[in-house]
Amino acid sequence: MEVIFLLIGVSLILAGTFLYLFFKAMKDGQFDDDYTPSVRILFNSQQKKEKKDQPTKPKSYE
Amino acid sequence: MKVSPIANSEVKCYHCGEECKELNLKIDNKNFCCQGCKLVYEVLAENDLCNYYEQEEFPGENQKFKNSRTNRFDYLKDDGIQNQLLDFKSDLESHVSFYIPQIHCASCIWLLENLIQIHSGVINSRVDFIKKKVQIKFDHHKITLKELVSLLSTIGYEPKISLSDKGGEQNLSYDRKLISQLAVAGFCFGNMMLFSLPEYFSETQLLGEGFRDLFNYLNVILSLPVVFYSASSYYQSAWNSVKQRKINMDVPIVLGILALFLYSLWEIFISGNAGFMDSLGGLLFFLLLGKLYQQKTFANLEFDRDYKSYFPMAVTKLNKDKEEVIPISKLEVGDVILIRNEELIPADSILLSENANIDYSFVTGEEIPVPKQKREVIYAGGRQFGNPIILTIQKSPSQGYLTDLWNSECFEKEKNGLLEPLANKVSGIFTWAVLSIAFIAFTFWSFQDLSLAVKSFTSVLIVACPCALAMSTPFTLGNTLRIFGKGKFYLKNASVVEKLAQVDTIVFDKTGTLTSPAHAQIEFIGEELTEQTKSILKSLVSKSSHPLSNRINYFLGDVNLEKISEFKELKGEGVQANFHGEQIKLGSKEFTGSHLFPTIEDGNLVFLSISGQDLGYFYIKSGLRESAPNMIQQLGHEYELHLLSGDHSHEQVSLREKLGQVLKFNFNQSPSDKLQYLKSLNNKGKHTLMVGDGLNDAGALKESEVGIAVTEQVSHFSPASDAILDASVIYKIPAFLSFAKANRNIIKMSFLLSFAYNIIGLSLAVQGFLSPVICAILMPLSSISVVVFTTISTNFIAMRKGLIKLNQN
Repeated sequence: MEVIFLLIGVSLILAGTFLYLFFKAMKDGQFDDDYTPSVRILFNSQQKKEKKDQPTKPKSYE
Repeated sequence: MKVSPIANSEVKCYHCGEECKELNLKIDNKNFCCQGCKLVYEVLAENDLCNYYEQEEFPGENQKFKNSRTNRFDYLKDDGIQNQLLDFKSDLESHVSFYIPQIHCASCIWLLENLIQIHSGVINSRVDFIKKKVQIKFDHHKITLKELVSLLSTIGYEPKISLSDKGGEQNLSYDRKLISQLAVAGFCFGNMMLFSLPEYFSETQLLGEGFRDLFNYLNVILSLPVVFYSASSYYQSAWNSVKQRKINMDVPIVLGILALFLYSLWEIFISGNAGFMDSLGGLLFFLLLGKLYQQKTFANLEFDRDYKSYFPMAVTKLNKDKEEVIPISKLEVGDVILIRNEELIPADSILLSENANIDYSFVTGEEIPVPKQKREVIYAGGRQFGNPIILTIQKSPSQGYLTDLWNSECFEKEKNGLLEPLANKVSGIFTWAVLSIAFIAFTFWSFQDLSLAVKSFTSVLIVACPCALAMSTPFTLGNTLRIFGKGKFYLKNASVVEKLAQVDTIVFDKTGTLTSPAHAQIEFIGEELTEQTKSILKSLVSKSSHPLSNRINYFLGDVNLEKISEFKELKGEGVQANFHGEQIKLGSKEFTGSHLFPTIEDGNLVFLSISGQDLGYFYIKSGLRESAPNMIQQLGHEYELHLLSGDHSHEQVSLREKLGQVLKFNFNQSPSDKLQYLKSLNNKGKHTLMVGDGLNDAGALKESEVGIAVTEQVSHFSPASDAILDASVIYKIPAFLSFAKANRNIIKMSFLLSFAYNIIGLSLAVQGFLSPVICAILMPLSSISVVVFTTISTNFIAMRKGLIKLNQN
């Protein structure tokens, strides 16, 4: 049954790590704004292919 | 959301989506309604940012009325102002946050986060959509603050900069400390539960004594952060209230925490028993959860803004005919300043130009501009419409007519002295009752067995710990705030709900509150208008953006438009145009050259003449909101009602007719009169509710026990107040008030519920029967059942009062 000592230690360290990660995320401002990232993730990554003089026609116009 | 091209034959501006009526500029096969929109497009196209138009349809704001004066950001060169605005500055980069009200869609976020493509001086930019803020990191060697603001303004996102924008980070949407306390409590509670479970099921015997002690010691270690960190705010609040010789909700909580902790330590280290550490962790976890729930409401609404937030940062000073832009703090009495179209007047001044047209809507809620002549005094807060005017400063910006209000003493004090929250009253009684029961139990047992006496004494304190009591209030009020918020009624904090419930006198402001510009009554007095005249007038007024034109436009209804030519709008005078060679003039008496002498004193008059011939005039009177009479009648049964107005009394008769006799009318009230009026009502021992808008009500709103600011646009403007109400739901005030009252009963009932638990617990405790298992079951059970009860009953009552609907998740 001595293995339980080890398990307790492991579980506490694990839980403590999660607590630490939570604090870190909070400090980085992860919970400050919970709306904008949901929009941001939908942006396409930069496309430089468009020519300056003739930008492609937006889809919403068709 | 696709618009089919057939149904929409009219040409729409590619940038803002408005119809291209007067102007149709074409580049790259795209149409633009004005130079401004086209310019934005060109800047974006040049920098490869046309992706902007792909995120959403017509993302831009109309640029027609944009202020294009180039030197208006000159004050940003001032070091003092720069230091105020910048969040951070090092040798390499500066950080600044701007409030940009135009942020409204995904395209806005996209563009503002890609600023770096327009100017290489921008290092990084990030948008907070809900707060409409953008934080920009930039290299101040490559782009100055002024250039940055001009750049934002060029692409249609001009930041709103005001004096109170100091320090960027202080208003987070929630309290970070509370979250960390909750996280710590949750972490410890969870682990303590794990270590305590074997004890409940007598499994420790199986594991052996070594484990039992280990689990107990681990519990003690885990309880330390809970007691010394998570609970720290309770100690502070309890200590403060004891210092003031009062007992608030937190005093019995602290007593319970201490009793639990010390008794458990004694149990574990001296008696070798299990203690109640897991219950302690659970208690704090639930308490903090309730607190967070109550706190997490409308963080992005600002309730405490003062006049400084509304005044401009800088003003154009005339120095021997040379224009110079200076920060407002450097403005002195005697300075001559230039105010352009739509600029705010920063301080009480005297008009030097021939005439001016001042809109005091910002101050009084009345949006019709008032004409002013040379040498008249113009108060701070007015906005000039029309040609630039020259003024000389009479009082420094901090001592004006309006700002005097803020120096009134009622802005100094916190106004919670009069009404004590229900929970505090109850907890006072509760604490004394528990303490006396504990002492009685102690003396009773001490004759027989001293250790049993100590045990029953602490058991009473532990079990009577008012977790259910402490949780009923935050959850009831938190849920109420949420329900109010859904109904577009936003309260500053939970204590306002309790104050609302005790209100017995309601004071209304008239303009903008009971009356609304949108419900203005219009009559045409004179020759009857033919259909053709109506058509001509409609085409005339639809070209003008003046509020009176808008009302006449609305009054004319749905008639066809006629082709008119040579349209001209003269600010402060009127509009004119040519129709088949006849000159049509609509506007002031002088402008139209009218010979009519109407006897009406109140309201606004707009005269009409065609080729010099008088046809009559429009008579426009601010109208009551449709719901107002009904609301007043409903409220009249239960409340004493007063009406204050800054206007003259000539509307009294018609108002009395419509609103009934229950109202007490008071006209010609200046802002400080209103404040005094509220003060005298308060002194008579009334519990007052003030409903008003505009800065002129600010004093009264602050002086009343509950001040509700009515506003057409919730996120835009509101003076300091306890609550903000969307003007469209003003008719719901009776429902809101009765809901607040019902809430008080719910809280009382949940107190009864938690007392029932306490009686069961106490009856066990005084006999010394309390075991950790009973404690661990009883405590969370009582808390959770109270939370469930309050949530269900508030929702149920809100539903019955029609504040929320069933199908709303």
